[in-house]
Amino acid sequence: MATPLLEVEGLRVEFRTRDGVAHVLNGVDYHVDAGETLAVLGESGSGKSVTANTVMGILESPPGVVTGGSVRYRGEELLTAAPARRRELRGEHIAMIFQDALSALNPVFTVGFQIGEQLRTRRGMSRRDAEKRAVELLDLVGIPGAKQRVRDHPHQFSGGMRQRVMIAMSLALDPDVLIADEPTTALDVTVQAQIMDLLADIQAERHMGLILITHDLGVVAEVADRIAVMYAGRIVEHADVHSLYANPCHPYTRALLESIPRVDTKGTSLSAISGLPPSLTRIPPGCPFHPRCPMAAERCTEELPPLAVLPSGRSSACLFAEELVAG
Amino acid sequence: MGRYILRRLLQLVPVFIGTTFLIYLLVWALPGDPFAGKCGERACPDAYITRMREEFHLDENVVVQYLRYLGNLLQGDFGQTFSGTSVGELIAAAYPVTLRLAIVALLIEALIGVLAGVLTGLRSGGFLDNLVLVSTLFLISIPVFVTGYVLQTVLGLRLGLISPTVSADAGFGELIVPGFVLASLSMAYVARLTRTSIAENRRSDYVRTAVAKGLEPRRVVGVHLLRNSLIPVVTFLGVDLGSLMSGAIVTEGIFNIRGIGGLVFRSIALREGATVTGVVVLLVIVYLLMNLLVDVVYAVLDPRIRYV
Repeated sequence: MATPLLEVEGLRVEFRTRDGVAHVLNGVDYHVDAGETLAVLGESGSGKSVTANTVMGILESPPGVVTGGSVRYRGEELLTAAPARRRELRGEHIAMIFQDALSALNPVFTVGFQIGEQLRTRRGMSRRDAEKRAVELLDLVGIPGAKQRVRDHPHQFSGGMRQRVMIAMSLALDPDVLIADEPTTALDVTVQAQIMDLLADIQAERHMGLILITHDLGVVAEVADRIAVMYAGRIVEHADVHSLYANPCHPYTRALLESIPRVDTKGTSLSAISGLPPSLTRIPPGCPFHPRCPMAAERCTEELPPLAVLPSGRSSACLFAEELVAG
Repeated sequence: MGRYILRRLLQLVPVFIGTTFLIYLLVWALPGDPFAGKCGERACPDAYITRMREEFHLDENVVVQYLRYLGNLLQGDFGQTFSGTSVGELIAAAYPVTLRLAIVALLIEALIGVLAGVLTGLRSGGFLDNLVLVSTLFLISIPVFVTGYVLQTVLGLRLGLISPTVSADAGFGELIVPGFVLASLSMAYVARLTRTSIAENRRSDYVRTAVAKGLEPRRVVGVHLLRNSLIPVVTFLGVDLGSLMSGAIVTEGIFNIRGIGGLVFRSIALREGATVTGVVVLLVIVYLLMNLLVDVVYAVLDPRIRYV
């Protein structure tokens, strides 16, 4: 198999705080190739964003400390790379967009300035050329009247338009990998769909690798190729989007899917996952999901199930994965 | 923006009239006769007093006096002292020195204060941070006249690095140490204000975005972080320039600088009402204009603020 575009392997991150050490990532593995979309799914605090920030090299440190694993871009190790090299890759090869575009954009600069900034500082473009390119990018992400709006400030845009500005900014240097950290969470449902469509179009057109971080199962179904489900700092299930929806092979994924409202079960009460996600300072021994798992057995409290590859090419970190896959 | 400035300027008119009237009233309501000590040991002859009271219209209603004063003021005439010197000339002689001192002080407090604030705000908890915190606390807690006399004694008399008093023409070089003394308190505030502001904004999302864009750390701090963090600092500096230009009485006294502070102090002692009113009126105008300038600059710095 060829080297993946971006690969995360066994990534471990701890947050060292006064109240103790939180094991935020406990061996995360995923990869994304050019032209495909990987959705990373999980509850708040499962480590989705921390993984993304570590990949970008913008993990807050302190408290965050990488204690193991590897992040490779086209086979090049990033965790041990020089800071200058990492900075070179940021934006240019791996770009990221954030959840709340209003706070993620600088309030005192025009959107044109912020989009063109990388072109001026890293491509040596003149102010005028950078602004011209910014207009093209705003046009590309579907902002009406881009030419008039390039000198507006972020607060003059609506939520959806701001997220479009954010996307335009991330595309300025033509990255190969785009990480979208909950890009639609702060938006209206109708606007969410538009932004998702835009991301999908751009991803397909530019043959980018897109990592889509979300906690919304509905959002990913249409755009993702593969899904990685995270729980307590690990990937617990990884499959292509159709098999995952058709037949989830981890009790956690199964529970997640059952907790989405569906038209055909209207009127019946919605099932919720009992209990709370584990405290990351005290992750239970064995499988971290066992206290909430309907299938938990004696073994689950002692043995940490590895993320095992199943015959169909998907993988699951459950001791009963083979029974689950059989249905 | 143009309309906003025009409206603000119009608002200045009632404020200006109100404050000047109050000052006029207070100065002339001071107890005691301005001519009591004018003639040395003896009391002044009645003829002299009557003539002076007539010349300066002191027997008229105070409101009438004020209106006459205001009328003259609007024509650029600050009036005369009792000895016949033009108040306008007195101010013209003293004001440039005070202005130079205020500018030196403002530069010192802005440069040192902001630099210390940025360095400590970026790395809180370190040695430098503690050093700045302790030294600013020190500056805040000791009065200006102590700082002034200590620096004058140590640098001027013991070490001979500076001349202990400032010469009559008061060049910029001579004003550095007095400027430092005048600025010391505000400098401590600027350092702390900048430090808090930087530390607060350092973890903000837009700084993270700037890092994620692959910008150089220098650019992240110097452009993205600083521009946002300096908004409250600039506001403080603007208003402070107004008070630096009026609050230099102590510093001017210590270093024998012939500026506005000394002029107003002497005039109060001699009951030279016209001079006191003239100087204070000028300070009021400067203060009001500085406030307007700060409001306008604020809108330029922070585009989210729009004036209607």
